[in-house]
Amino acid sequence: MHDVSFVRHEMLSPQPAPASQVGPLRWARENLFSSILNSFLTIVSAAAVILALAHLWPWFAHSVWHAGSLRECREMIAQRWGEDATGACFAVIRDRWKQFLFGFYPSELYWRPTLSFVLLLAALAPILFSAVPRRMLWFSIAFPGIVYWLLWGGSLALPICVYAGFLVGMLVHRLVGPRFGSLLALIGGVLATLIWWFYLAGPVAGLLETILPFLTLEPVASKRFGGFMLSIVIGATGIAFSLPLGVLLALGRRSGLFIIQSICIGFIEFIRGVPLITLLLVASFLLNIFLPPGTNFDIILRVIIMVTLFSAAYMAETIRGGLAALPRGQYEAADALGLDYWQAMRLVIMPQALKISIPNIVNNFISLFKDTTLVAIIALLDPIGLVTSIRADSNWNGIVWELYGFVALIFFICCYSMSVYSKHLERRLRTDHR
Amino acid sequence: MSEPHPVDASELETVDPKLLHVSDEVAIEITGMNKWYGQFHVLRDINLTVYRGERIVIAGPSGSGKSTLIRCINRLEEHQKGKIIVDGTELSSDLKNIDKIRSEVGMVFQHFNLFPHLTILQNCTLAPIWVRKTPKKEAEETAMHFLRKVRIPEQANKFPGQLSGGQQQRVAIARSLCMRPRIMLFDEPTSALDPEMIKEVLDTMIELAEEGMTMLCVTHEMGFAQAVANRVIFMDQGQIVEQNTPYEFFNNPQSERSKLFLSQILGH
Repeated sequence: MHDVSFVRHEMLSPQPAPASQVGPLRWARENLFSSILNSFLTIVSAAAVILALAHLWPWFAHSVWHAGSLRECREMIAQRWGEDATGACFAVIRDRWKQFLFGFYPSELYWRPTLSFVLLLAALAPILFSAVPRRMLWFSIAFPGIVYWLLWGGSLALPICVYAGFLVGMLVHRLVGPRFGSLLALIGGVLATLIWWFYLAGPVAGLLETILPFLTLEPVASKRFGGFMLSIVIGATGIAFSLPLGVLLALGRRSGLFIIQSICIGFIEFIRGVPLITLLLVASFLLNIFLPPGTNFDIILRVIIMVTLFSAAYMAETIRGGLAALPRGQYEAADALGLDYWQAMRLVIMPQALKISIPNIVNNFISLFKDTTLVAIIALLDPIGLVTSIRADSNWNGIVWELYGFVALIFFICCYSMSVYSKHLERRLRTDHR
Repeated sequence: MSEPHPVDASELETVDPKLLHVSDEVAIEITGMNKWYGQFHVLRDINLTVYRGERIVIAGPSGSGKSTLIRCINRLEEHQKGKIIVDGTELSSDLKNIDKIRSEVGMVFQHFNLFPHLTILQNCTLAPIWVRKTPKKEAEETAMHFLRKVRIPEQANKFPGQLSGGQQQRVAIARSLCMRPRIMLFDEPTSALDPEMIKEVLDTMIELAEEGMTMLCVTHEMGFAQAVANRVIFMDQGQIVEQNTPYEFFNNPQSERSKLFLSQILGH
């Protein structure tokens, strides 16, 4: 007979894990040298990495930063390191880095895009980091108008009048709301904004301009924009607008209202079914045909609209995935507490759905930012377009790795920072088991 | 739907019957209510009048329509025929009426449905601030008052994921109470809980009953029914089969269906 009876009289208190089971030694043993085969593979891989680095290293070590042309570069390398030596000719980047940053923006006005970039960081801070005071968000809202004025120049009156359109819409919404219900208020608000923009903003801006002539900067045409400045303008605007648009599309697609649902599904499926290049070509060549004659619709604006719409369609599907992942109980609890649809979405559903979707949303942002290089196709001088034009210069003809490598590096830094931020955000928003 | 855990009524706090006062005022009136899911007839000719201060336990086998019935009362489910009048307001597709009724009727779910991205305190103040437009400070005071009542004020700044099931359900009750509802609906509030935590939730509900809250409770806790309910409604196949006082229902069930149900639920 086995004795099966057992009674514990004292509960055990927690003990630290044995010293050999924690720390870097254990990590190495477990991950690198856990068996003979694994140890062998570790050594082979390390050797491969070292070999690759050893071959690449001379190219960097022999690099030339001061030269006027590729031929000069090569001569200097041959002179210094022997006839067969290879080396990078980074002199081209030193020579053209301003162009890479600003395109053909007038050099005496470089301070304007530079200031815009600094302001961009300031505008992003309250959105990205919760430690920054909430009041800074007002600056983030005003930021697009200020930057438009800084980059394109002209009078500040125009951005002010565009913003005023939102105020007009909100005012009408406020006035109509209590008397005619929320739907009519929404329609009225949107209509008022559109009427303001199309018919009243122009004359008012003209008037404002004559009153405040000192708020006018020297205008810069879109065709002089280029380089990373162009990428960031298109990318940042696309990112900023595609997320809210995507949220609306996702909600529309899930709403029970037949017409809204059909419009959203049609839009999403159409945009997703068409290559971005097609949309860009439409923006570049066809759109002006459809617009009333005489309207001069800025090419960068057209591209931004297309990129935003394209990205919004993907964003909508990403967010729809997040919405679908939420348990129905969350919707029901919000309803049962008496929250109305928009309150429930804003306060309960969206914060959770967006949190679930963060990796995919950032994925969309990254691909949008990289897709801005496609504008090279329609003859805008983004970094890729610039590389082509620099290589057409007889001084630098034949240079490839250095230029594309530089562009790749900058893109990598931007995209990797987004990725790091998204990880940080996911950690910050984790509310379970802390 | 989970296993019933019948708690013995003797384990629960005893209730002074004088506290359980039922008035003549009608809180909910349901007449000739029918509901279909597509072709499936889930609720058939429901007639029920609930007076203010009543504690009604709705019992019945899985799929008998108990949850659907109470979910119709705050319009989480739509009914296709008949009338539901809550606190003098008839439920129709008018969104304003629905939101008004929902803010007067609290609901506690089987799976708590706390908002995981908000702290306990924020969970409790969300609806008062946005629906009732209560100032934040006042809403927080109310929330703390009810959190003290359900005996977890010290958890106010934690997130729901850090609490046990029983604590989460008590927060869910506090969250509903913060809207100062006149009627509370409970949809199997203890079915997702570990046996050890059922009692703490039931005790909270009993306290609520003693304060005169009108309560409709779908539950398998027959001990709870015996301790506080003034009426037990037994449902099967979408119909009300029997209703009676708990004493009569448990000791002298009339319909064959109730007898079978009781023998199964209490027989082990």
